[in-house]
Amino acid sequence: MNKVLAAIFSLNTLSAAIRMATPIALAAMGGTFSERSGVINIGLEGMILTGAFAGVAGSFYTGSPWVGLLLALFAGGLLAAIFAIFTVKFKANHVVAGVGLNIFALGLTTWLMQVLWGTRGTSPNVNGLPRVTIPVLNRIPVIDKLFANQSPIVYMMFLLIIVGWIFLFKTPYGLRIRMTGERPEAADTLGINVRRIKYFSVILSGVLSGLGGAYLSLGHLNWFSMNMSAGRGYMALAANIFGQWNPLGGLGASFLFSFSEAVQIRLQSINLGVGNELIQMIPYVITIAVLAGAVIKSRPPEALGEHYGNEK
Amino acid sequence: MNPKSIWQRLKNLSGLSELLYSLLAIVFALLIGAILIYLSGHDALGAYYHLFVGAFGSTYNIAQTLLKSIPLIFTGLAVAIGFQSGLFNIGAEGQLYWGALITAIIAISLPNLSGFVLVPLALMGGSLAGAIWAAIPGYLKSRTGAHEVITTIMLNYIATLGTTFLVKNFFKTQGPVDQTKTIPTQARLPKLIPNTRLTWALILGIAVVLATKFLLSSTSLGFDLKAVGKNLSAAQYGGIPARNVMVLTMAISGAVAGLAGSTIVMGVLGRFITNFSPGYGFTGIAVAVLGRNRPIGVLGAALLFGALEAGKVSMQLFTEIPGDLLTVVQGLVILFVAAPSFIRLFSTLLGRGKGLFANE
Repeated sequence: MNKVLAAIFSLNTLSAAIRMATPIALAAMGGTFSERSGVINIGLEGMILTGAFAGVAGSFYTGSPWVGLLLALFAGGLLAAIFAIFTVKFKANHVVAGVGLNIFALGLTTWLMQVLWGTRGTSPNVNGLPRVTIPVLNRIPVIDKLFANQSPIVYMMFLLIIVGWIFLFKTPYGLRIRMTGERPEAADTLGINVRRIKYFSVILSGVLSGLGGAYLSLGHLNWFSMNMSAGRGYMALAANIFGQWNPLGGLGASFLFSFSEAVQIRLQSINLGVGNELIQMIPYVITIAVLAGAVIKSRPPEALGEHYGNEK
Repeated sequence: MNPKSIWQRLKNLSGLSELLYSLLAIVFALLIGAILIYLSGHDALGAYYHLFVGAFGSTYNIAQTLLKSIPLIFTGLAVAIGFQSGLFNIGAEGQLYWGALITAIIAISLPNLSGFVLVPLALMGGSLAGAIWAAIPGYLKSRTGAHEVITTIMLNYIATLGTTFLVKNFFKTQGPVDQTKTIPTQARLPKLIPNTRLTWALILGIAVVLATKFLLSSTSLGFDLKAVGKNLSAAQYGGIPARNVMVLTMAISGAVAGLAGSTIVMGVLGRFITNFSPGYGFTGIAVAVLGRNRPIGVLGAALLFGALEAGKVSMQLFTEIPGDLLTVVQGLVILFVAAPSFIRLFSTLLGRGKGLFANE
């Protein structure tokens, strides 16, 4: 039992949880922006996957992981732009279009992997992003490990979440986004360009998810594998809901999911005599439990999932 | 007669216009697929030729097309039933895993029963398992509002892990593969066409299509179910017990999805193999969307996707184009079908050039 508790509450587990929360929290904030503007975004999954692929492709062809990172942001944003055109301009059902987008992204990345590298499993190894240690914070006892030798995207994530929160709740732009998701007619009356706000928010969600994807393929690992996102986009959407459509809340929820994932991985390694499959279920069970417990209190944006007229 | 008026006439024949949109969506998706094939340095026409021959070139190939469409009939129907009630059942994948495992366990545990008893028993067990698994997200949605899209996806992971756990620890047969032993011969579904792999599962699929059509259009439950899907608060105001209808709808949806697993075990694999599904539950979403959530539409869409699956094999064999390209096409079909106004725009662009596009 002590062994189990030690595994759960060790600093290594905590550090691993922060690393694993990174892509989920980034995509969750993407989901927050998209849904605050009124667009349900099931497509986060495909955007993470595309970002992960583009990151590796960029690093493979230029040798620079930083170029890969930029390409990941661009690819995530591009896929999101397609999603925005379908949901905003062509008024497609958000959930159906999102599912279609995810299948499209899965097919496209798996196909491209075979076209470019002739393999369906994993891509060749590429140059990943270097690990970074934050000078002062790594001297503080106990939490030093959390700030040493992490991928730069982990630090970026913390920074972006804070900036995103300020942007959404403390600036006039954020107010416009929130108003678009709550009362698009009123926003329109006030001269806010509802469509432009939606395009901006959805594309931003793709850029953030693309960054999350780049973390998977260039930060955490340094290759791409088929269906690498493995459901993180859906977890991100759940984290966004549990986090009450708030970047900080989304970070907290992402951390809860990734912590259970980190514990799960640690528990597998100490061999409890319980089937590994049962331990692997933990994060999924927790996601369901949290969602079922949390949504009673939470209220989504008023006009979420609806199309706003405003023809042409 | 100018093209515009033909277009208008076709559009005015309601029902036909939806079919037209679906067909156009498929054509456009295949066109984009062809462009991708061309860009990757292959011959698109040749690829689609082999795709077509692989799907329809001989009796055996047609039987393969039908065989591949069977699980999609079930999962497509399952998703469509949920949709009719406003519920997005992405969990058909997990439900079919439980259906498959329970069917296999029943058939293996009762080897002395005659086929007349064992076949229906195994089928019912499988669909009941699927129903129970699907009722969970239905219950959570109706009582707490937990969105079924996320809960069903999480339950998919839990189902594949759970069935793998049970097989590994309790039902594993000798050998390197995590699978059960084979089910008794009398539990296998009889062949429909000799010298092919096609079984009576196809007839069962068509029967379930007709039953679903009857349920939706001619029963009071079907009416309640659609009313909840159209306008939840109006349905509640009208005295429909919406919460219970949601749970029941999910259970029916899951029962149908479970049959996808049962018929694969009894008709194709002859045993339960862990992680056997190449995503039948997810393709079922595409099938339901393309079939407009109507039972007969689902049947047609399942046949089309079955043809893509069957043809994919020969396309890969003869042209070395990765079959995943067809996954891209499937995703595009869903996107296009979801956006009828896109289809309109795309056809105007293709058909009439820029000048007429302005009229739209």
